[in-house]
Amino acid sequence: MNKVFLWGGLRPAAGGAEFVEIEALTIRELLRKLAELHPKLETLIDSEVAVSINGTIYQDDWSKNIPADAEIYLLPRIEGG
Amino acid sequence: MGKDTLLTDRVFKSVGTRPMRPDGIDKVTGRARYGADHNMSGQLHGSILRSPHAHASIKSIDTSKAEKLKGVKAIVTAKDFKTKGITDPGLLDIIDNCMAGKKVFYDGHAVAAVAAVDAKTAKAALKLIKVEYKLLKHVTDVDEAVKPKAPVINNKCFTKGVDPTPGKASNVAKRSEFGHGNVAEGFEAADVVIERNFKTGQSHQGYIEPHACVASIGPDGAGELWVCTQGHFVFRQQCAEILGLDEAKLKVTSSEIGGGFGGKTHLWVEPVALALSQKANRPVKLVMSREDVFRASGPTSATSIDIKMGVTKDGVITAAEAELRYTSGPYAGSWATLGAMTAFACYDLKNVKTVGLEVLVNRPKTTAYRAPSAPMAAFAVESMIDELADRIGMKAIDMRIQNAAKEGTKSSYGPVYGPIGIGPTLDAAKNHPHMSAPLGPNQGRGMACGFWFNFGGQSCTDLNISSDGTATITVGTIDVGGARASLALVVAEELGIPYEQVKAVIADTGSLGYNEMTDGSRGTFASSMSAIQSCRMAIADMRQRAATLWEIDVDEVVWENGQAWAGGESNSNHPPLSIADLAKSAEKTGGPIAGHAQIVADGAGVSFATHICDIEVDPETGQTRVVRYTVIQDAGKAVHPTYVEGQFQGGAAQGIGWALNEEYIYGEDGRLQNPGFLDYRIPVCSDLPMIDTQILEIPNPNHPYGIRGVGETSIVPPLAAIGNAVSNATQVRMTHVPMSPPRILAAIHAQAASDDSSDD
Repeated sequence: MNKVFLWGGLRPAAGGAEFVEIEALTIRELLRKLAELHPKLETLIDSEVAVSINGTIYQDDWSKNIPADAEIYLLPRIEGG
Repeated sequence: MGKDTLLTDRVFKSVGTRPMRPDGIDKVTGRARYGADHNMSGQLHGSILRSPHAHASIKSIDTSKAEKLKGVKAIVTAKDFKTKGITDPGLLDIIDNCMAGKKVFYDGHAVAAVAAVDAKTAKAALKLIKVEYKLLKHVTDVDEAVKPKAPVINNKCFTKGVDPTPGKASNVAKRSEFGHGNVAEGFEAADVVIERNFKTGQSHQGYIEPHACVASIGPDGAGELWVCTQGHFVFRQQCAEILGLDEAKLKVTSSEIGGGFGGKTHLWVEPVALALSQKANRPVKLVMSREDVFRASGPTSATSIDIKMGVTKDGVITAAEAELRYTSGPYAGSWATLGAMTAFACYDLKNVKTVGLEVLVNRPKTTAYRAPSAPMAAFAVESMIDELADRIGMKAIDMRIQNAAKEGTKSSYGPVYGPIGIGPTLDAAKNHPHMSAPLGPNQGRGMACGFWFNFGGQSCTDLNISSDGTATITVGTIDVGGARASLALVVAEELGIPYEQVKAVIADTGSLGYNEMTDGSRGTFASSMSAIQSCRMAIADMRQRAATLWEIDVDEVVWENGQAWAGGESNSNHPPLSIADLAKSAEKTGGPIAGHAQIVADGAGVSFATHICDIEVDPETGQTRVVRYTVIQDAGKAVHPTYVEGQFQGGAAQGIGWALNEEYIYGEDGRLQNPGFLDYRIPVCSDLPMIDTQILEIPNPNHPYGIRGVGETSIVPPLAAIGNAVSNATQVRMTHVPMSPPRILAAIHAQAASDDSSDD
């Protein structure tokens, strides 16, 4: 079971939760289960979310494996210049 | 201090050298072709009619007279852009920004466009288009826009990110929050607490080349777009959706680019040119004037930041809190979010909270500008660090070193850091001769740190070996800062051939798989990762071919120094085969030699910089002179150090301009007062000293060569570094960027008046 921390902008769509506990092996599985748990997050997950696993930010690749006990943060997608 | 990352033990031959750039001759001789240099047979001239009002409803547009003018071939308005079926709110905003729908939201907003046989006819046609407006109250200032009685720009804007969603529309499009700990308790533990408000003006990227394109769509729905852009694949995707075209049938070719810095990541006129071409059934060329670029392409946000920080007398920051209000033009963005994420990212803080508010105003749509949103936040934070250090009698650099984030620090935006480079940049700054050089009269020294994320993303590359053994690496990321040289170096390194034998080419959208834009400092990081994989695929193929020629097992073939070697004593009679040897026999061993890769290049790694600068201030006029400037930044592995230094210097130069002079100035009527380089003053060579650089090489563990992006972080510290230098020179804390002469003089006079009244 991984603790998945949500940045402040996501929390209103997750009932105010600072984090949720989800068991997932990949980013894809993590995001799917998160949307099932909190359906209001689904549209935000599709367009606005990046996933940080142990400090490395993944903007796109859903195939990444999630190590056991990894620190997971959902962050806004980053725009660059 | 930051924990040092062990340097990679790889010894590079090509990477790290400084060969001449492959596009250099073309650019200095004028042979390079930019956006406006391309022409198509039978092309028309496109022109856009723009709103003179900051905020108004469009009651009607009458194009009938213009349509009758001889030589006019097509006119488009918002009615020609079909929005039915488009659900992406971002794309709907792009369409509305390219051609106003029911309202104009800023001075310069497009309302109609003409394609005519020549510029004179197009200009005459624009004058014949009659637009009836109903003027609305406008607001251009960020703090005015959040007031309860401010005119609401979009009556469907209900603040996102708060629960419950407000029932009343406002100009705050989104609220975001980051942080951890308990800031109230942190402030209780502080010996000194300072609160301030900082403001930054809206600046433009100031790229030399205006937006330009040539569009052509035939009656079969197949089209071409030649355009200066930072991302032709993204432009193809968005334009195809807007115009209702099949994506594969729209070929987008990127021109050379005369600067972008984020401003060419967005569509401005390209869908309009395509729509005109579709309607006229002729190619259409559309080039923005400099005035149009200022009025109607994306500047960065104007900001207002309330910040509070507390520190113990021993220099430990106990709490930090900020509310960051960023303008996003008339459409929602995520600019304040980025400011809130980056603000305190350089420091190890137990108690920190940031709130970002995206604020709608009657200004052009905000666009990315090099490490978007981070420089303004750093201006507030790094100014406060200096002031706090001064209050407790500590050197500012020592307070920064004491509080710097390191491996294992929980970042202010959430995750725990891996190996990072803020500590080493501060150590290097402390030991740099610049820090101890004497200052002259009226001079002050300032320093500041900066952070940026960097990212990677989708990349696709082809490697092709020619019959003579030379190599072509084909990429889909635009070369904005020397990427072709860097990628040629990487391919030369991987294949083991000289740099001069590699040609890097930017493919059009029909020739390669999807590539994301050159933004987020991703160009060299992501494309080099893909290029290395392409090379490794080709090397595997060439080892197999050598095995075929030698009639031995492929496992016995070793690739070294650009040659295939037969391993084992029994094969020692075989002389090595070079790439040229293998290319000569390619026809007999399987056909063309090539490699390909398609990847999502994640793991870009965050980036830090520390800048030092000396400023001289004329106390009678407020005029400033940059006396000396030093940039210290972690580059991972510097592929072509000259271009890395160029990126460091370029970011610093832009930051200096922003800090000292650049600003959008709006009149009471909401119209932009300075849409040109005479009144919007960017720095020229004579304004700047030679900007010294120090490259730190802390390898990125997520890249095979340790490469990090370097293009953006260098614009983050200058606003604060200069602010601190000016403050130290004048003994007046500067809180408003740009620190133009009148603003500095006013601050000096206000401080003097305050001192006089204290004396009384």
